[in-house]
Amino acid sequence: MLKTGTERVKRGMAEMQKGGVIMDVVNAEQARIAEAAGAVAVMALERVPSDIRAAGGVARMADPTITEEVLNAVSIPVMAKARIGHIVEARVLEAMGVDYIDESEVLTPADEVFHLLKSDYTVPFVCGARDLGEASRRIAEGASMLRTKGEPGTGNIVEAVRHMRMIQGQIRKVVAMSEDELMTEAKNLGAPFEVLLQIKKAGKLPVVNFAAGGIATPADAALMMELGADGVFVGSGIFKSENPEKFARAIVEATTHYQDYKLIAELSKGLGTAMKGIDISTLAHGERMQERGW
Amino acid sequence: MLKIGVLALQGAVREHVAAIEASGAEAVAVKRVDELANLDGLVMPGGESTAMRRLIDKYHFLEPLKKFAQNKPVFGTCAGLILMAKRIQGQDSAHLELIDMTVERNAFGRQVDSFEADLMIHGVGEDYTGVFIRAPFIVEVGPEVEILSKHNDRIVAAKQGHFLCAAFHPELTDDYRLHQYFVKMVQSAKEVVA
Repeated sequence: MLKTGTERVKRGMAEMQKGGVIMDVVNAEQARIAEAAGAVAVMALERVPSDIRAAGGVARMADPTITEEVLNAVSIPVMAKARIGHIVEARVLEAMGVDYIDESEVLTPADEVFHLLKSDYTVPFVCGARDLGEASRRIAEGASMLRTKGEPGTGNIVEAVRHMRMIQGQIRKVVAMSEDELMTEAKNLGAPFEVLLQIKKAGKLPVVNFAAGGIATPADAALMMELGADGVFVGSGIFKSENPEKFARAIVEATTHYQDYKLIAELSKGLGTAMKGIDISTLAHGERMQERGW
Repeated sequence: MLKIGVLALQGAVREHVAAIEASGAEAVAVKRVDELANLDGLVMPGGESTAMRRLIDKYHFLEPLKKFAQNKPVFGTCAGLILMAKRIQGQDSAHLELIDMTVERNAFGRQVDSFEADLMIHGVGEDYTGVFIRAPFIVEVGPEVEILSKHNDRIVAAKQGHFLCAAFHPELTDDYRLHQYFVKMVQSAKEVVA
């Protein structure tokens, strides 16, 4: 018997990405640069998050022409973003043969109450989370991979660090708890009890958890690995830097050898200016993408 | 105790480490060339073969890996199988060129076509669940290669001397029979040398 779209096949795909870097690209040329630099996957977009931020207005699924162009350009997996709760954008991406869908707060949400029921799809999904409650709700909806939300398009790592530390700390707490304390913890976190029970028993999340949102330098990528990320997403950081090719390679190597500090020093030399970056406190709440999602 | 390395440049390293340990050997994650010393065998995990190859080149792993493979057993799964093949369809060059076979990458289609299927693996057993993720398959093999398993007439596991490969992911299930099989290969290779 042959079964597609099983939990093991969907989660397994993300397991294969571990220790790797997933890069945002907006065309075939960038996708090829990313693949040659050693990216484990690319995220096909119409605009990188910092440009979405600058452009304002409603950000939607990319024009299928761009996604198709990227799908045809590389042999590594191609991911694409759908708006939170946008059933049709997700189905369209699935029909196009995209390898992974990011139900993403970087785009303007289509539904301000409900997320997609991701277990319904054959294609796997990645979702953002700031804490274990959010992470567990996404897992229960069928997400096969998680990532920190961070604050996309800012080049500022502070929010990704906050979210990774929060999730790791909450996991440690759940693992240390006795089982009779879990239901109240589930209530407090807004997390499904069954997911917490699974985490307690396994000692870890049942899916891979990457870092995303604000990674701008090789040292940032290594920091996220140090804090327990399984890999990293780099959005605006690469193709908004002065020398994307060199930058992309440096990020990949720093992610693999995140505890080899001499190597990271070498990698960080002469990379040119990283993207400019934004102080989070200057962003009004309405401008913070991480607050999208429920 | 046997010491088996898992090439840890990228991919499903942790799962292989757990499977090797559950099969009664010591597992070591290998990130640097010098860590190949004193190993009795090596696993090349699933992941992205293009990303792994770039890191293999960057850290000058290619020749040391080929040298290691001259007399030590190697087991490759999915991307690891691609790294071991002598020929890759549609590409002018291959990687470690250990097994006399031609492979096709992403041969079953994209991620939505990834699947689980029951397999019969010669010398390992029946009712084996193969987890195929954007998997390659073996298009053809040379005379020295023993075919261990087929799925719908496509070769998905093979052995040549002290090399073992699978197009699927034994590390994603808790069925350790294939890892136990490899540990036995490592054991007998060590006995021959001793």
